[in-house]
Amino acid sequence: MGAGLRELRQRRKSVTSTKKITKAMELIAASKIIKAQHAANEALPYTRELNRAVAAVATRSTWPHPMTRPKNEPDAPHKRAALIFFTSDRGMNGAYSSNAIKTAARMASRLRAEGKEVKRYAVGKKGIDYLAFRDMEIEASWSGFSDSPKYDNARDIANRLIEDFLKPHEEGGVDEIWAVYTRMESMLTQTPRVRRLLPLEVVEGLREIDPHTATALYDFEPDPETVLNELMPLYIRSRVWFYLLQSAASQLASQQRAMKSATDNAEQLIEDLTRQENQARQSEITQEINEIVGGASALSESQAAD
Amino acid sequence: MADDTLFVEVVCADGRVWEGEARSVVARTTEGDIGILPRHEPILSVLVPCAAEILTTTGTEREIVAIDGGFISVADNRVSLISPHAALAKSISLYEAEAELAKAQAALNQGDIDDETRRHYNRALAQVLAAQKAGGKR
Repeated sequence: MGAGLRELRQRRKSVTSTKKITKAMELIAASKIIKAQHAANEALPYTRELNRAVAAVATRSTWPHPMTRPKNEPDAPHKRAALIFFTSDRGMNGAYSSNAIKTAARMASRLRAEGKEVKRYAVGKKGIDYLAFRDMEIEASWSGFSDSPKYDNARDIANRLIEDFLKPHEEGGVDEIWAVYTRMESMLTQTPRVRRLLPLEVVEGLREIDPHTATALYDFEPDPETVLNELMPLYIRSRVWFYLLQSAASQLASQQRAMKSATDNAEQLIEDLTRQENQARQSEITQEINEIVGGASALSESQAAD
Repeated sequence: MADDTLFVEVVCADGRVWEGEARSVVARTTEGDIGILPRHEPILSVLVPCAAEILTTTGTEREIVAIDGGFISVADNRVSLISPHAALAKSISLYEAEAELAKAQAALNQGDIDDETRRHYNRALAQVLAAQKAGGKR
């Protein structure tokens, strides 16, 4: 057997096994995404109710809460902004992580252009690796749950963010918090989005609320201050929770698509390789026949000469 | 009359725990127990771990829900109980909840008063209260 033929066979075998892997990953992603989408939908009522409550307090109370108004520390030489971005723990997700990272990088340069110092918080191993590879400082990072986040993960992240936000500027506290997550628009489109987490932007919540309820004159018990104090951490947690779930669903959708095209590509490759292999085998056979015929005629010629 | 029923929704981080129409809702806020009847004024209040009681429109059925803190918001005959971890009493085993509570209590007694233990304690406490209440009613 010729070396070319053997090589082609080897390549076809290896592509076949790659195809098996990508096919399996595609199927796994497809089954996981149903769960992830379900979780994202399940969390919606909670987020919606909290949005509604925050909107009610924000529109009603005049009492300024440290989390609803911009930090006012005029003597601070420059503002400090926290940037948290959500990526995946593993590759094979197509452009999912790099899209989020790109958006985060753009956001970071925009913040720097505004004269702000940027502190980075990374969720997911890909984001951590990206920062570590570029020797960028990571304030805090979390990983290991990118495709199936738990509420506890959201709480840990949110607590850290709130803690850093409430710290005074001199002690390294941040003045605003931006989040980059990937929104799951549909199975086909997932878009990275930038949202300001703190100080509060209640725009998202207000859109869903009909003016009737928003203007209702709420009574606060015991008082607006206590209610807001309790409400804000819950609200931030639910935002982070929402981002985590959206990102997880996007990641899986992106993975499914990437693996689907990898599988298709592998199939095409296998087809091409099989053709080449057949051709190589055929030409080898032809050559052998030629050799035999040549050998036989040489033999008969030499016998005739005798 | 539509005005005389409440629409109640109990939501937690993992989803909607219960929703439906009700005649009244009783929950415990930081200020004490609060009873909500139809046409209650809009209110937003902080809850403490408790067993909330929802009297459904059928009149005979009570839904007991374990609430580990969070909020109650009332507006336009719409009541929302918002709690990070809420659970229906039906789905709680009193025995397990008590064991959890004892564990959390022990941790607290040992001077372990970080957030994690406190949350654990609150959650277990709410579940025990709810399970007891449901058990007593049956």
